[in-house]
Amino acid sequence: MINNLKRVLMTGNEAIAEGAIQAGCGFYAGYPITPQNELIAYMAAHLADSGGVFIQAESELAAINMVFGASACGVRAMTSSSSPGISLKQEGISYIAGAQLPAVIVNVMRGGPGLGNIWPSQADYFQATRGGGHGDYRSIVLAPSTVQECYECMPLAFSLADQYRMPAIILSDGMLGQMMEPVLMRSHKPLAISHKPKWALGNSKGRSPNVAKSFYLREGDLEKVNLLLQKKYKTIEAKEQRYQGQYLDDAKVVLVAYGTMARIIKSITHKLRGQGKKVGLLRPITLWPFPVQAFERLALGKMAKKFLVVEMSAGQMLEDVKLVINGRSAVGFLGRLGGGMPSEEEIIKNITSLL
Amino acid sequence: MKKIFSHPRSLRKVTTHYCPGCGHGIAHRLISEVVDELGIREKTIGVAPVGCAVVAYDYWDFDCSEAAHGRALAVATAIKRVKPKTIVFTYQGDGDLAAIGTNETIHAANRGENLTVIFINNAVYGMTGGQMAPTTLVGQKTATTPKGREVKGQGYPLKISEMLKVLPGVKYLERVSLHSPQEILKAKAAIKQAFLNQIQGKGFSLVEIISPCPTYWGMSPRQSLNWIKEVMLKEFPLGRIK
Amino acid sequence: MPKITIDREKCKGCLLCISFCPKGAIVPDTKLNRKGIKPVRFKKDTACIACAMCAVICPDCCIEVFK
Repeated sequence: MINNLKRVLMTGNEAIAEGAIQAGCGFYAGYPITPQNELIAYMAAHLADSGGVFIQAESELAAINMVFGASACGVRAMTSSSSPGISLKQEGISYIAGAQLPAVIVNVMRGGPGLGNIWPSQADYFQATRGGGHGDYRSIVLAPSTVQECYECMPLAFSLADQYRMPAIILSDGMLGQMMEPVLMRSHKPLAISHKPKWALGNSKGRSPNVAKSFYLREGDLEKVNLLLQKKYKTIEAKEQRYQGQYLDDAKVVLVAYGTMARIIKSITHKLRGQGKKVGLLRPITLWPFPVQAFERLALGKMAKKFLVVEMSAGQMLEDVKLVINGRSAVGFLGRLGGGMPSEEEIIKNITSLL
Repeated sequence: MKKIFSHPRSLRKVTTHYCPGCGHGIAHRLISEVVDELGIREKTIGVAPVGCAVVAYDYWDFDCSEAAHGRALAVATAIKRVKPKTIVFTYQGDGDLAAIGTNETIHAANRGENLTVIFINNAVYGMTGGQMAPTTLVGQKTATTPKGREVKGQGYPLKISEMLKVLPGVKYLERVSLHSPQEILKAKAAIKQAFLNQIQGKGFSLVEIISPCPTYWGMSPRQSLNWIKEVMLKEFPLGRIK
Repeated sequence: MPKITIDREKCKGCLLCISFCPKGAIVPDTKLNRKGIKPVRFKKDTACIACAMCAVICPDCCIEVFK
């Protein structure tokens, strides 16, 4: 673990790993895949020094199921991978959601479908925000857009996972994972929630046995569990929306982007503002729960606004924006696929046509 | 009057969902007896599979975890690593351990995880209705081998215990059977050894238990025990493998 | 005198105990249990030797043995 209150130059992947260690991650299992390899290597080098357990698993399936086992013992547990590997992990994520265990899963997205390529992409938005595996479940999805945020989002992800007993996904991408930026190390105090849960497996002296499971065969039992999950998701939707807004008060065109894409949009917004053009940025930080409250405020505001969603996908977050705007404003879209990224010129051209 | 055979503390006094004459009930009891005799109930964690024994945690009176189909040894690996003072075992059928979970089995064994594995081999998939298992005998009829297992296209019974023998991380392998009271007592001794190995930190121990499935063998409980003795053990000979 | 007790409600009537009892001390019951299964029954005044073969083979842990 790096000493606190220092500025350290590191990649997004390393920042996630360091953030996790400082957040009290006690278990990591992973399998190599590009472009997330710096993360597993960082964990291999540093997790044990902080008392955690590192395992290079035989597959992504084994890794996520190891996370299940560690989490069932009340230990903060995580895994990381990139898109094809995350597809494999969906089995375990569904079981973790069903058994109501906390866990953090990092997806450093690359181009798909299939083996795709190793370029940055945002095409796993649906998979992350809609559940991804089988059954009616959700994961909390956080989307950092700077290396500093990669580091900061880990304590938050573990806290939310612990608090709600469910998977939390970090949706990064190959660009953010590989780029280096200085990271200000903060003094992450041990996470506020004491993590000695009553449900954890281990020493059963003086209590009845605990069981970690997602199997409910008796008629009606599984529906009850599902209703409980849905109630939990409603609470999260009400309480845990996060976003960053810039120049929203008087913006005529609101640009919507997350992660790596939001970095580019942010600099374009500054540039256009400098030219007196009324553009603003709405950057969702939680992709689920989607920050609908922020969009509602904009849709209900006096200023007539148009929205332009920019993604490295065929328009996945676009659907969430359209759902909340619900026809009240124009929603435009600009996207590039398969590892491509919209250029600044392209974006500005699209914005200008809306102004 | 002295009770010389009693219901083990670690086994709940409930009726199981197993068919009459099924070997799972015997194997559950043997594990419970061993856990009681070693005085480890409060630090034992069982990992139940997907298969007929999926709700084994409803029968054992100690902490348990479920595992997705085939992933019991991944789950168990993590449990033992983060809680090294606990005694962790997996309970897996032939489909779970030797088909969908072969990767997890081989790699947990190769890492020399200090775990106890109870492997139930009944040569058939029970829970899903009697389909071919990796251990199904050549010629054995199942729901998916209506003419009997044919070598061409379906291969041979998989001898996972023999396969594991070559791995240096594996410390103990024994094949036992439940076809008579005498063999059941030997099975218990092997299970006890596999738990003792873990307590002593020796490493990966696996006990393969040849177990009857009267329902999907289409036999009476007694006939199924005879079939083990006369047919199945020719393919799966008993004794210490490593 | 040695004897066994049988949990007739848990018994599934597989009859394995009967086939392994060296003394013929266990027989099928004529009455059904609550699950509608004919369980087994210990024949009183038989030559039970408390060998516990029945208890060891019982798949449902229904038998306890006394000596």
